[in-house]
Amino acid sequence: MDLKINSDVNGTKIIYDIEKIREDFPILKTKVHGKPLVYLDNAATTQKPFYVIDKTNNYYNKYNANIHRGVHALSQEATEEFESARIIVKNFINALGKNEIVFTRGTTESINLVASSYGRKNIKEGDEIIISTMEHHSNIVPWQMLCAEKKAKLKVIPINDAGEIIFEEYEKMINEKTKLISVAYASNSLGTVNPVKKIIDLAHSYNIPVMLDAAQAVNHLKIDVQELACDFLAFSGHKLYGPTGIGILYGKVNHLENMPPYQGGGDMISKVTFEETTYNELPHKFEAGTPDIAGAIGLGAAIEYVQQIGLDNIAHYENKLLHYATDAVSDLQGLRIIGTAKEKISVLSFHLENVHPHDVGTFLDFEGVAIRTGHHCTQPLMRRFNVPATSRASFGLYNTKEEVDILVNGLKKILEVFG
Amino acid sequence: MEQELRELYQQVILDHNKSPRNFRLIEHPTNFAEGYNPLCGDNINIFLSVNDEGIIEDISFQGSGCAISKASASLMTSILKGKTVEEAEKLFERFHELVTDKLGDNPDIDDLGKLAVFAGVREFPARVKCASLAWHTMISALHNKKEKVITE
Repeated sequence: MDLKINSDVNGTKIIYDIEKIREDFPILKTKVHGKPLVYLDNAATTQKPFYVIDKTNNYYNKYNANIHRGVHALSQEATEEFESARIIVKNFINALGKNEIVFTRGTTESINLVASSYGRKNIKEGDEIIISTMEHHSNIVPWQMLCAEKKAKLKVIPINDAGEIIFEEYEKMINEKTKLISVAYASNSLGTVNPVKKIIDLAHSYNIPVMLDAAQAVNHLKIDVQELACDFLAFSGHKLYGPTGIGILYGKVNHLENMPPYQGGGDMISKVTFEETTYNELPHKFEAGTPDIAGAIGLGAAIEYVQQIGLDNIAHYENKLLHYATDAVSDLQGLRIIGTAKEKISVLSFHLENVHPHDVGTFLDFEGVAIRTGHHCTQPLMRRFNVPATSRASFGLYNTKEEVDILVNGLKKILEVFG
Repeated sequence: MEQELRELYQQVILDHNKSPRNFRLIEHPTNFAEGYNPLCGDNINIFLSVNDEGIIEDISFQGSGCAISKASASLMTSILKGKTVEEAEKLFERFHELVTDKLGDNPDIDDLGKLAVFAGVREFPARVKCASLAWHTMISALHNKKEKVITE
């Protein structure tokens, strides 16, 4: 299997130049315990290419100023770059307008924004909100808080042993009390890609809005919010090779217009007197205070970077890498893969019989291999699979077959010690 | 295996991980506490039978965790059986000093006996909690009893 060669629809071969791509990421030259870093914790956060680092530095080095208010040259340049990042995001997910793109601190804040603003206004006592078993805590807790406040009910779609949503159960769950559905586009712990289009279409046939947590999907799958017709969508910059501290809430304009502000402060107002305040137009109504300007510019750069390689090419490459890794670990004695859905992003969660994930993590660290061990902020999901924690290797656009081999050899050593 | 790793995962630790001692329930414990590390999901429950003279007649544990936390619970229960509550508290302090590299004026660890195998943990700050979970739980179980005694 050659991971590097991809064919487009016309059969033209596209070379995925992995060596050149790796050169773009300075951190990949780092050594850990004297060994080359093998970074397989991309579902937690991804590394940043020079292009993103340089664009971010450039803001601080050359035109650092606050936005939307100064008449001076630097402020105008900063505003222009910040607002062009918004347009890059808008085009990236194919939103209708840039007023549908709200900058937040990340996926978590985006979900909290919807729960606080849309939720408080629209969810009443006795209403029901639907999520799924595989949600990250950030797509559970904000809804739990809202339900507790409003005396509403949180319902959870069950999953099968492969880690896929049981669609018939979801169908049965919907009733006249259902007021909102919020599900992961892809699971951080299992890698499962959910049938979000089907979920949305069914919900919309009952006029129920749907929010998608796209934190794990955004760097693997091409997202078109108009085609999906989702009502809200959230993702973070740092899982897309961009900076931490910046994220996106996409919302359909009619929802955003009808929602009250989330936080009060500067930038979100158009006129303030001590008696009354008029709120600013979208999306600024939801962006109180000075935002992470460098972060937004860095996110714009990250999107340009992945678009230059091509999300389809990345998805194709990562998919082959996932298959290679899945096959390679399948031979290991006592290894159970957690999450065997038909459609997956490049996440490989597993449990080794008689070896706790923490011990796996410590041993692999000495091989230079960074993986995530623990419950991955999905404790209810861990209970579903009857494991306290898993080890998770997650692959990004710069990982290689050779790195998968280092992982597998590390696991073999562990089995020798604990066997 | 690298030196630091070998010191962390000593044969004694691997052995106690594989066949933990006192890994059972005590039906009617005088003291009990549930230990939980939310970071990794490890949970270790400690059961004690302490007699009127303050001697730990029996001690056991149940739960799940990594090799370090399981071996620590196993060795702790082996060592504390027959000790007084005061001796257990003293050993907890010394053990804590050992794994957090704070032995200070008392670097001689003879008093720790077999527990000395956990010396390697100090090179792994992220794993100190694994090694000390059982001990913190044991102390909490002993203190709960005291509180109960006061309220009764």
